[in-house]
Amino acid sequence: MAVRKTKYEMPEQPPKERIKNFKEVPYGYDKETAIKEAKRCLQCKNKPCMEGCPVEIDIPGFIGCIAEGDFDKAAEIIKSKNSLPAVSGRVCPYEGQCEGKCTLLKIGEPVGIGRLERFIADYEREKGVKPPKKVKSTGKKVAVVGSGPAGLTCAGDLAKRGHGVTVFEALHAPGGVLMYGIPEFRLPKAIVNAEVDYIKKLGVDVKYDVIVGKTITVEELLEEYDAAFIGTGAGLPRWLRIPGENLDGVYSANEFLTRVNMMKAYRFPEYDTPVKIGKIVATFGAGNVAMDCARTSLRLGAEKSYIIYRRSDVEMPARDEEIEHAREEGVIFKLLTNPVKFIGDDKGLLKEVECIKMKLGEPDDSGRRRPIPIPDSEETIKIDTALVAIGQSPNPLIPQTVKNLKIGKWGNIETDEDGRTNIPNIFAGGDIATGAATVILAMGAGKRAARAIDKYLKSKK
Amino acid sequence: MYEILEKKVMSEIVKLMEIKAPLVAKKAKAGQFIILRIDERGERIPLTIADYDRKKGTITVIFMEVGKTTKQLGTMNVGDKLLNFAGPLGVASEIENYGTVVCIGGGVGIAPLYPIVRELKKAGNYVISILGARNEKLLMLEKEIEEYSDELHICTDDGSKGTKGFVSNVLQQLIDDGKKIKIVWAIGPVIMMKVVADLTRKYNLKTIVSLNPIMVDGTGMCGGCRVSVSGETKFACVDGPEFDGHLVDFNNLMLRNRRFTHEEEESCNLYGVKL
Ligand SMILES: Cc1cc2nc3c(=O)[nH]c(=O)nc-3n(C[C@H](O)[C@H](O)[C@H](O)COP(=O)(O)OP(=O)(O)OC[C@H]3O[C@@H](n4cnc5c(N)ncnc54)[C@H](O)[C@@H]3O)c2cc1C
Ligand SMILES: Cc1cc2nc3c(=O)[nH]c(=O)nc-3n(C[C@H](O)[C@H](O)[C@H](O)COP(=O)(O)OP(=O)(O)OC[C@H]3O[C@@H](n4cnc5c(N)ncnc54)[C@H](O)[C@@H]3O)c2cc1C
Ligand code: SF4
Ligand code: SF4
Ligand code: FES
Repeated sequence: MAVRKTKYEMPEQPPKERIKNFKEVPYGYDKETAIKEAKRCLQCKNKPCMEGCPVEIDIPGFIGCIAEGDFDKAAEIIKSKNSLPAVSGRVCPYEGQCEGKCTLLKIGEPVGIGRLERFIADYEREKGVKPPKKVKSTGKKVAVVGSGPAGLTCAGDLAKRGHGVTVFEALHAPGGVLMYGIPEFRLPKAIVNAEVDYIKKLGVDVKYDVIVGKTITVEELLEEYDAAFIGTGAGLPRWLRIPGENLDGVYSANEFLTRVNMMKAYRFPEYDTPVKIGKIVATFGAGNVAMDCARTSLRLGAEKSYIIYRRSDVEMPARDEEIEHAREEGVIFKLLTNPVKFIGDDKGLLKEVECIKMKLGEPDDSGRRRPIPIPDSEETIKIDTALVAIGQSPNPLIPQTVKNLKIGKWGNIETDEDGRTNIPNIFAGGDIATGAATVILAMGAGKRAARAIDKYLKSKK
Repeated sequence: MYEILEKKVMSEIVKLMEIKAPLVAKKAKAGQFIILRIDERGERIPLTIADYDRKKGTITVIFMEVGKTTKQLGTMNVGDKLLNFAGPLGVASEIENYGTVVCIGGGVGIAPLYPIVRELKKAGNYVISILGARNEKLLMLEKEIEEYSDELHICTDDGSKGTKGFVSNVLQQLIDDGKKIKIVWAIGPVIMMKVVADLTRKYNLKTIVSLNPIMVDGTGMCGGCRVSVSGETKFACVDGPEFDGHLVDFNNLMLRNRRFTHEEEESCNLYGVKL
C-alpha cells in the first residue's frame, strides 16, 4: 500500500473565531487519526528522525506503539527521555529537528512526530498520570536555580536518580518562558502546571520568590547543597536603540507577554495587572516571540497587527506553524522594513514609527544575507503600540554574582557539552549557557547536566 | 505565604506593616526594595524596605494607599498572609562617611529615607534631614528620623507643621548659610526629586534620588521599569532604584508612570474605592 504523502490534518479553531479568545488553537488528534498518522511511519532501521531530536526519544519506538493502539507503552517510551512531552509536542520547531530528518520527506510531508508526541502526552494527562515509582534516596542534595524547561528537566532527572532536589525560582510561578512568555493559546498554562506537578511528584521541592544572587547567593546554596545547576535563561530584553524607545506605548516583548500571560492581563480587571494596546500594534522582529506578540495583540482587540522585520520571509526565524497561524489570523507582514525612530505626540504618547526599506546584500556572520537600507525610502506608519521582540540576552544576575565563574562573550555562562562550568560543583544549561534558543535544547541541556551531576556526586562518595 | 506580624496606622492613608520574610530580612540593606503580591489575582507591586530585623526575620514596609493594591493591602490585618514577597531587590545605598549629608524625604518617600538616614548616621556622618509633605497629616517617622539626625527640618505645603514651603526652600537656605554639604539624598514624588536635582546641579552638589517607575517582575526581565539616565536606558529594578539625580530624565519617568492611569482607575472603581 502506498504511503499517504501528507500528514493527517489536526483540527483547529477557525482563524476568525480564535482571534477573539485565548483558547488553544489546534485541538490535537483523536485516537483514530493518531493511529492512522502513526501508520504512515516506515519504521526505518537507521532511525534518521532520532538524530534530529535533542533528547534522543526513540521515535519509531513510540510511534510503533501508537500504530498498535498501545498508548500507555508509547507514553512510557517518551517519558523515559522527556519529562515535558506535552510542552515539546506543542512548541518544538520539529520541522528543523526530528521531522526535518524523516525519510518520508523524500516523497512528501514527514510523519507528524510532534503531533503524535502531543497526542500521547495529552492522552496520558487526561487519563491521570501514574505516580512515579519512589527511588531510594542517595542522601545528596542539589539546588536548581530557575524553573524553566532546563531547570525542571534537570530537577526531574536528578530526582529519578534519588537525589534530593530543590528548585529556586525568582518569580511566583514555575515554567520560565513556558509560563510568562509563550501565550495560553499556544501552550495552555494548565498543561505547564500539570507537567510541573509531575516533577513535584518525583519529590522535587519548588521554592518561589527566591532571586538567587539577591535573596541568597549560589555560594550560600553550596554550603547546604552538594551541587548547583543554573538554568536562569535569557530573559534580558534587547532594544532597537532608536530614538523614542522610552515613549509611552513602547513595550519589550517580555513586558507585554508577562503582563498578558503570567499576570493574566487579558482578564483585567478580574485580574489586577493591566495592559493597554490601542488599535494599531507593530511588533518588531520575526521570531516565535514576535509571532506571539502579534497574535496576542489581535486577541486583545487590535484592529491591525503588523510584523515589521528587516530581512525577507525566508530569513524569519519563527517556526513555520507560527508564521502560518499569524498569516491566517490576519497579521500584516511588513518585511524588508527597519524602524528608524518612534514619534510621540506632545504628551509623549507613541503615535508613529518611521521606517526605512531594506534590501538584502551579501551574507553576514550568521550566514543570512545582510539587510542594507535603501536611501530615501523612509515612510511613517501610524501605530498606538510598539512591541520590541528582537531577542533576549542571558540574565546577568548569576554571572555577575558568582565569583570566578567563567563567562562567555555574550554574558553567557561557559560550559562543556554536559553543562560543567569551570567550578566543579556548579553546572549550567539552557538559554543561560547558549543564549536564547529553544525549549527542547534547554531540556536536552538539563538532561545531560543531570547525568553529569549524578556522576560528580557519585565520584564524591 | 508571608504573615503580617504588625500593623500601624501612620495616617489616614499611610500604613506600616511588619512582615515575616526571614530570607529577605537576612540580606536586606538600606535603599533596597521588595515586590509583593497579595493574592492569586493580584498585581506585583514594589515597596521600599523601610526597616528590617534580621533576628526576628521581618521586613517593615510603609505604604501610601494610592490605588487598588495598596488600598487592599491597607485593609489587611495582623495574622493575614501575603501570597508573595520577594527581595531584597535593587542595589543598596552607598553608605560611607562623607562628612555632612542632607537627607530629603517628601511624603511617602520619608519611609525609604529612614533606613538610609540611620545607616548614614551610624557611618559617622553629620546628618541633616529635611522632611516635607503636603500637610501635617502626611508627615511620618519624625521621631525615628530625628533620633539619627543632627538637624531636622520640617516643612509643609500648607504650613500646618514646620515652615510653610517646599523642601527645596530649606535646602537652598542651608546652602546659602554656607553648610559644607558633601552629598544629598532626595526621595519622594518625582517632581520633588526633579526640583531638588535642578537646584543642586547649580552647585555641583552630588544628589542621589530613588526612582519609582512602574515595575512587573523586578528581576531585570521585562524592561518596564526602564529609565533614561544620562541618555542611557537603565532598569531601575536592577541598576537602581538609586541614581545620580543630575543625570536622570525625570520628564520621561513622569510620563511613563502615567501609562496605566485609566486602567488603574477602572481597577479601583471595581474594587469600590475612588482614586
Ligand atoms: C515568547 C517566547 C516564545 C517562544 N517560543 C518558543 C517555541 O515556540 N519553541 C521553542 O522551542 N522555544 C521557544 N522559545 C524559547 C524557549 O522558551 C527558551 O529557549 C527556553 O524557555 C529556555 O529555557 P531555560 O530553562 O533555559 O530558561 P527560561 O525558560 O528562561 O527559564 C529561566 C527561569 O529562571 C528564572 N530565574 C532567572 N534568574 C533567576 C535567579 N537569579 N534566581 C532564581 N530564578 C531565576 C526565571 O524567572 C525563569 O523562570 C520562546 C521564547 C519566548 C520568550
Ligand atoms: C522601587 C520602588 C519602591 C517603592 N516604594 C514605595 C514605598 O515604600 N511606599 C509606597 O507607598 N510606595 C512605594 N512605591 C510605589 C508603589 O509601588 C505604588 O504606589 C504601587 O505600585 C501602587 O499600586 P496600586 O495598585 O495601589 O495603585 P495603582 O492603581 O497602580 O496606581 C494608583 C496611582 O499611583 C500611581 N502609581 C502607580 N505606580 C506607581 C509607582 N511605581 N510610583 C509612584 N506612583 C505610582 C499611579 O500613577 C496612580 O496615580 C515604590 C515604587 C518603586 C518602583
Ligand atoms: S522532543 Fe521535539 S525533536 Fe524530539 S521528538 Fe519530540 S518534537 Fe521531535
Ligand atoms: S524517519 Fe520518519 S518514517 Fe522513518 S522511522 Fe522516523 S518517523 Fe518513521
Ligand atoms: S521591573 Fe521588569 S525589568 Fe525592572
